[in-house]
Amino acid sequence: MSSTPRTLYKKIWDAHVVHEAAGFPTILYIDRHLIHEVTSPQAFQGLRDKGLKLRRPDKTFGTVDHSIPTTDRSLPIQDPEAAGQIATFEQNCRECEVQFFGLDSDQQGIIHVIGPEQGLTLPGMTIVCGDSHTSTHGAFGALAFGIGTSEIEHVFATQCLLQQPSKTMEIQVEGGLSPLITPKDIILAIIAKIGVGGGTGYVLEYTGSAIRNLSMEGRMTLCNMSIEAGARAGMVAPDEVTFEYLRGRPFAPQGSEFDKAVEVWKGLRTDDGAQYDATVVLKAEDIEPMVTYGTNPGMAMGISRMVPSQQDFANAEDKTELSDALEYMMLSPGKPIAGTPIDVVFIGSCTNSRIEDLRDAARLAQGRKVSASVRALVVPGSYPVKRQAEAEGLDRIFREAGFEWREPGCSMCIAMNGDQIEPGQACASTSNRNFKGRQGKGGRTFLVSPPMAVAAAVSGTLMDVRKLGETAVPGLQHEKERV
Amino acid sequence: MPVPTTEKITTITDTCVPLNLNNVDTDQIIPARFLKGTTKAGLGEKLFYDWRYEGDGSPKANFALNNPRYSGSILVAAHNFGCGSSREHAPWALKDYGFRVIIAISFADIFRNNALKNQLLPIPLPEPVVLKLLEDIERNPALAVTVDLQSQTVKIPGQPDQHFDVDPYRKQCLLEGLDDIGYTLSHAEAIQAYETAHA
Repeated sequence: MSSTPRTLYKKIWDAHVVHEAAGFPTILYIDRHLIHEVTSPQAFQGLRDKGLKLRRPDKTFGTVDHSIPTTDRSLPIQDPEAAGQIATFEQNCRECEVQFFGLDSDQQGIIHVIGPEQGLTLPGMTIVCGDSHTSTHGAFGALAFGIGTSEIEHVFATQCLLQQPSKTMEIQVEGGLSPLITPKDIILAIIAKIGVGGGTGYVLEYTGSAIRNLSMEGRMTLCNMSIEAGARAGMVAPDEVTFEYLRGRPFAPQGSEFDKAVEVWKGLRTDDGAQYDATVVLKAEDIEPMVTYGTNPGMAMGISRMVPSQQDFANAEDKTELSDALEYMMLSPGKPIAGTPIDVVFIGSCTNSRIEDLRDAARLAQGRKVSASVRALVVPGSYPVKRQAEAEGLDRIFREAGFEWREPGCSMCIAMNGDQIEPGQACASTSNRNFKGRQGKGGRTFLVSPPMAVAAAVSGTLMDVRKLGETAVPGLQHEKERV
Repeated sequence: MPVPTTEKITTITDTCVPLNLNNVDTDQIIPARFLKGTTKAGLGEKLFYDWRYEGDGSPKANFALNNPRYSGSILVAAHNFGCGSSREHAPWALKDYGFRVIIAISFADIFRNNALKNQLLPIPLPEPVVLKLLEDIERNPALAVTVDLQSQTVKIPGQPDQHFDVDPYRKQCLLEGLDDIGYTLSHAEAIQAYETAHA
């Protein structure tokens, strides 16, 4: 028991220090290393070149998600480069005795969906992956962050990383969300407020009643996009919602071991009196459905607002950045963003492809039709998500509405696998990045929540989902109970 | 102790390529469709691909890398360079193209880490210094900047010498061409002890 009050981040950091010396970075132990096909091959090769062994295959788990097709899995992969990368990955995993959920596994999915789903993600852990959206796993009160390939190799060889401590920022969201507002809207509102570089050097801890009321799926959406504010990681202290989610998961402790673990996990919270380096406060009821207007996730606004103009920004670089972004996005300053025509709708990605995202979307899609001018697809985050959705009949709702129902993968979030938009096309996307060309060269991305994506699919334009004319909207799935 | 790799950074004097933009993300530095390989080789050709080339593969004349006025191994950008994806392909591509130093007002965390592990030196300098440097390069592309890692100084003609911060351990690794894995494995007993205590 420490007498000095500590933040959640500090508690996890302290518990993982292997070695500290003045003038050197801390050697920090890594509990879980998640890997995928795109960022790991050069790390495996580096290990071989140095004649080193993968130290802890038992703490390393892999899947293929980025470059895999989301079409029929029984067919051969069309893209020889992608096929080669996937084959290399599976070969590397076998050679180093790393357990992986391959293309033929019925547990395969996006790494940040299957980690929690399998119970590989547990409170208090340090978790890394060669993917910036590793911040997702912080939803469980873990310290989880993305690393580069050199660091993957370092973890392979040592099960540790060299780290400097981060600063901490509390993001406090109080109050109740309005109907049809989702965690995606909360995180876009946060990034719009602090900026794409606003979290640089910080680990974010999300607190407040609005966060406590979120389900695990909602907390994962929130933590997932912490990186879009530049933060090292995002976290939510674990509570009963966390423990209930994890109970019975394949890789979680079982039976009495689980109960013992819960007693330890209950201590994973920021102590009263502990100091954050910065605090940002938002009121949940002020958040409306959000949409991005520009070419980074910080360029986000409420759907009812006007596209920003030059006079909304003080300094010259911001003005230049705005005009460049609006030109690319084909938007006019000072005009409503609602009504912007949409060509493609993508519901998926490690941000919004979990069962509750699909339930939210299906509830609004039920009995409606995708506009004739729109191509719309739903890509579940994993096979367990896909099977659950199918058991609930969500796939039927989507198909009847005119959505494509795909196999799990990163798909059109990163457009490595052939799922992409064409130059000039506009996509309402539940993914996490609206960078130029992210969803396909020359494509324009508008980041939205799953309900907003359905509204765009149905109307063929960006529109306020609250105006979709739905009667009797029950609470969305991501809130454990609506107050 | 750290083990030597092949390359070292000490002092570099060179002209600069100006990229007067904020929030240059790693999807711009190297688009995802070029990440399907399994080696680090040849990525320089793909650097800033969609900014460098038209749809038909012809160079875009107005992009700095295609502008014959600009050359050199120092890239200068504005705020938050390297944000977004953690892909180390970004520093590999910059390095393979021939850049050794990136000067910017600020850097994204993961990119900065990745760059430092590839002997690509990210140097954060104050906003007025970087903005003036960008203007000066545009006026005079022959302007040569000197980066001295040992003294942590950047010499820019027409501006006072600039001190820059770099973590002392990272500095040693860059100067001596050392590798992190060697350093960490020199503490293998501490790792073993940790694993035993937490088994």
